Amino acid sequence: MEHIRLPKVENVRLIDKISSRRASVGTLYLTATHTIFVENETEIRTETWVLHSLVCSVEKQATTTTGSPLLVHCKNYQALRFIIPQERDCHDVHVSLLRLSRPGAQRYEELYCFSFHSNSDKEVRGQAWDFLSLKDEYSRMGVPNHLWILSPVNRDYKVSDTYPAELYVPKSATHPVIVGSSKFRSRGRFPTLSYYCKENHAAICRSSQPLSGFSARCLEDEQMLEAIVRSNPRSDFMYVVDTRPKLNAIANRAAGKGYENEDNYSNIKFQFIGIENIHVMRNSLQKMLEVSEAWSPSMSEFLEGLESSGWLKHIKAVLDAGIFIAKAVAEDGVSVLVHCSDGWDRTAQVCSVASVLLDPYYRTLKGLMVLIERDWVSFGHKFSHRYNHLDGDPKEVSPVIDQFLECVWQLSEQFPCAFEYNERFLITIHNHIYSCQYGNFIGNNQKERTELRHQEKTHSLWTYLWENRTDHINPLYRPDHSQTQGVLRPVTAPYCFKFWRALYNRFDRGMHPRQSVIDYLMAIREETQQLEEQLVSHEEVRQDRRADDIGYVPNHTLFPISCTTFDQDHLIEVAVLVLVFFLILCSVIHPRK
Amino acid sequence: MEFAELIKTPRVDGVVLRRPFLPTVEGTLCLTGHHLILSSRQDNTEELWLLHANIDAIEKRFVGSLGTIIVKCKDLRVIQLDIPGMEECLNIASSIEVLSTLDSVSLMYPLFYRPMFQVIEDGWKSFLPEDAFKDLESMTEEWRLSDVNKDYSVCSSYPPLVAVPKDVDDDTLRKAAAFRHGGRFPVLSYYHKKNGMVMMRSGQPLTGTNGRRCKEDEKLINATLRAGKRGYIIDTRTVSVAQQAKARGGGFESEANYPQWRRIHKAIERSSILQESLIKLVEACNDQSHSMDRWLSKLEASNWQTHVKEILTTACLAAQCIDREGASVLVHGTEGTDSTLQVTSLAQIILDPACRTIQGFQALVEREWLQAGHPFQQRCSQSAYSNSKPRCEAPVFLLFLDCVWQILRQFPCSFQFSQHFLVLLFEHTYASQFGTFMGNSASERSKLNLSQKTVSLWSWVNRPQEVERLSNPLYEANCLVIWPSVAPQSLLLWEGVFLRWKRSSRCLDEAYDEMVHIIQYNKELQNKVNNLRRQLGAGEQED
Repeated sequence: MEHIRLPKVENVRLIDKISSRRASVGTLYLTATHTIFVENETEIRTETWVLHSLVCSVEKQATTTTGSPLLVHCKNYQALRFIIPQERDCHDVHVSLLRLSRPGAQRYEELYCFSFHSNSDKEVRGQAWDFLSLKDEYSRMGVPNHLWILSPVNRDYKVSDTYPAELYVPKSATHPVIVGSSKFRSRGRFPTLSYYCKENHAAICRSSQPLSGFSARCLEDEQMLEAIVRSNPRSDFMYVVDTRPKLNAIANRAAGKGYENEDNYSNIKFQFIGIENIHVMRNSLQKMLEVSEAWSPSMSEFLEGLESSGWLKHIKAVLDAGIFIAKAVAEDGVSVLVHCSDGWDRTAQVCSVASVLLDPYYRTLKGLMVLIERDWVSFGHKFSHRYNHLDGDPKEVSPVIDQFLECVWQLSEQFPCAFEYNERFLITIHNHIYSCQYGNFIGNNQKERTELRHQEKTHSLWTYLWENRTDHINPLYRPDHSQTQGVLRPVTAPYCFKFWRALYNRFDRGMHPRQSVIDYLMAIREETQQLEEQLVSHEEVRQDRRADDIGYVPNHTLFPISCTTFDQDHLIEVAVLVLVFFLILCSVIHPRK
Repeated sequence: MEFAELIKTPRVDGVVLRRPFLPTVEGTLCLTGHHLILSSRQDNTEELWLLHANIDAIEKRFVGSLGTIIVKCKDLRVIQLDIPGMEECLNIASSIEVLSTLDSVSLMYPLFYRPMFQVIEDGWKSFLPEDAFKDLESMTEEWRLSDVNKDYSVCSSYPPLVAVPKDVDDDTLRKAAAFRHGGRFPVLSYYHKKNGMVMMRSGQPLTGTNGRRCKEDEKLINATLRAGKRGYIIDTRTVSVAQQAKARGGGFESEANYPQWRRIHKAIERSSILQESLIKLVEACNDQSHSMDRWLSKLEASNWQTHVKEILTTACLAAQCIDREGASVLVHGTEGTDSTLQVTSLAQIILDPACRTIQGFQALVEREWLQAGHPFQQRCSQSAYSNSKPRCEAPVFLLFLDCVWQILRQFPCSFQFSQHFLVLLFEHTYASQFGTFMGNSASERSKLNLSQKTVSLWSWVNRPQEVERLSNPLYEANCLVIWPSVAPQSLLLWEGVFLRWKRSSRCLDEAYDEMVHIIQYNKELQNKVNNLRRQLGAGEQED
């Protein structure tokens, strides 16, 4: 509270983005967690709430005769333009918001998740965290088995402090091999299992880059890869995919890092994929946002801006990489090791995109949650750095998981029946990766989160989403639909990629379709469900009446009666049952009687 | 001239057909006067029947004695025929070239086509101006139907009957016509029931460099204004283009002579530029490089989406003047047969719920395009692949359909028809067995006696099974004005036309079927429940 210089300002104007002539007048409140704007003189009380942790920039502009403009940009692409009558007030709000929106470095305890519903039952909260279990996920994939085992090597985060405690490795990889390999990899991130394909034993493994420099070798690392090849009995080689552009990888050699030399590793095929680094991606998003936020751009300005931002090119690169891996696993039955530099950004993107393509499970609500939990949260994707949760190095910020979510969206546009979740689900996840309202994404790895005791002190997003799943269901999804089955084979010709308006212009409501097909179909489905229930109960009443009239129930109806000839006892039994049923139903349907 | 003379080789065996998304077929190729037919002579294999009129361009290639003809169609499909024998291939190619570019109207297929279906309602009589006027009469008495153009002498591109202000006599109309490009004097395009405001359209005024004026023209359009009210003139050209038109005898309404009118200039491009844009867009869609940068820069350079945005913006402006400002509007460009019609017809889609039904949309196309004298035959004689120099070709109507599709995307529940209807109209404007889009005006169609000699597209469309195919399952009548967004983010490339043959639409079609299924199942259940309820109710009474 000490950061709020001014809790309330009156006669503030909120300017409409589409038409600057329209503005609403109201009162601006600053609370510990939100900025709230309450409109005056409307019949329905209109409120705009902005979470402090979602604010990414606050900008005070030159004062004019009408007042001092304050521009608030949010990480979920909401942009608000306030005009505050007094410059002094504007200054106070500005300073307060700057502090409130960005807790200082390492001040995790100030994050919103630690105060959000903190009084609720601890036990319930703890149980909620058990909703997803990675152990269950690995066993769903079929591990541990005779080829892959759970390794205790990182139990205390000693081998790699950014890896999870529980890791799956080839059975033939001995403890010294794992430790030796980890010493030859950036941040100790040795090759380990990400996805396992039960049907053909091919696996997707992930790691960081090897510390090969210009000529260094590591016997254990070579043995580690050999062990991965051996754990796929149907294939005698594996792919090693370096997701970086070749030039970047070569540059890393000068720093003692680099990539695998095919001559030193037996039975690997090495491949560069060429996804750009986090800095390129950050700038690309920035450029794209300039276009999407521009005030009434022409079509040419928009398309030129979209092109020069390179954003869709990068999305295509990530998707293409995922397709390469999915194809290797599903069609060739070959295992793949994926890495980039540290193995927590591009590697996470590519592994998770490949999983979505390969396994229909990840196209269900729960499956996507588990996938994010596995490939991103557990494997040490640096959420707090990348999404700017605390006041930190701006060069660490980058829209990495955003690109994964967009790849999933692009896929769902090509395969409208294949995904159980809808676009809103992806947007809600995106929102909460930034909002810090839930503890799932705080910190930069499992070790940090455990130290913050997030399971005791915060809520889990996944249980919230699961409880509200009806909002996130795609009505066109059907588990038995041919589109849902098997591997997705998307087309990645450039014209298949669209600008994701629903995310990047999320708050420009005038730009979106005015009628939502999804909402319409959801309403129909809900009604259908009610009709089905009514139909069953009406049918029962009718059958009962008939039974009353003719004394027995035709055998295709309520009770599966196996005998073809009715004996007297059976008939009486049935008649009694029917009578009971009829009475119950009558009382349900016609309560007046 | 006999078709037989033009067909050098009527039949070749062993021809292999390759086309997008369908299995390769080997069979016999036959050329008839109007069709290219490929048949495998086996049951269950799809045959190809392609109208010569649908062929935009062909390319020949030879490898040894195996010839290949690439056939590029006006509906943007590209198919390949592998023909054994060089001579046969050359013969076929030259025959196709001649047959697909026949200029003579009397040889066109609609004049030879005999329908295989029963015509329930003759489409030629479905949308008569007299009937449309009856609706207007029921709303207002301020307008009358004039037959001043009954022998097409006042304006060759107008229909015999036009709606004009009641107080203006035919003599005034004749004088005003002399002052307007192509004799296209201001006529009623749309009456907005809600507030009695109107939209009119015309050709440009012939003011010339010395600022000619015409009292009758002024009287005519002022007669549409209520006392003390001002109107808007929407000139679809930029100020400078309109200025330049003066040198060629055209021009625009000056403030001095039309003080009750406010003129607004917009920037819809001329038809030749639109044709170039279509060619570039289709080329971009066919680019094989698979580079995102190249695709986006070619898409941008084609300017197609810019035209869509510009046309929609202008239509929104016209609709806004009428509905929001409560003012009457006159729309014109140069001739008043292209951009003008785009604007007036789209404004009606926005304002008038009736235009969003299957019947109403046909009536709109009939009224605002066919009767209003859009030169379909000139505009649609070549499409995006043609190598010959364009003369008057332009995708003016296709752009209109694209704009309708954009609105449909934004209001998916407000249209009774689906995009299939729009695609169907696109196909039939370029090549058709029906006579609807033949000729360039009502007078040309009447001279050719098309209503007797050909079948109307509307006769086909309005059969119950076709209506069902074109219906939008999401439709719920929406009596409101629908304002589309014209932000670049809201306007998409029309996949159903431009990417139709580029990528399989299987997954999207399946999604559509699933949607239909969800809605149909709901309706079935509703019926069942209602029936049961009725039965139960009856049973109760018996009891």
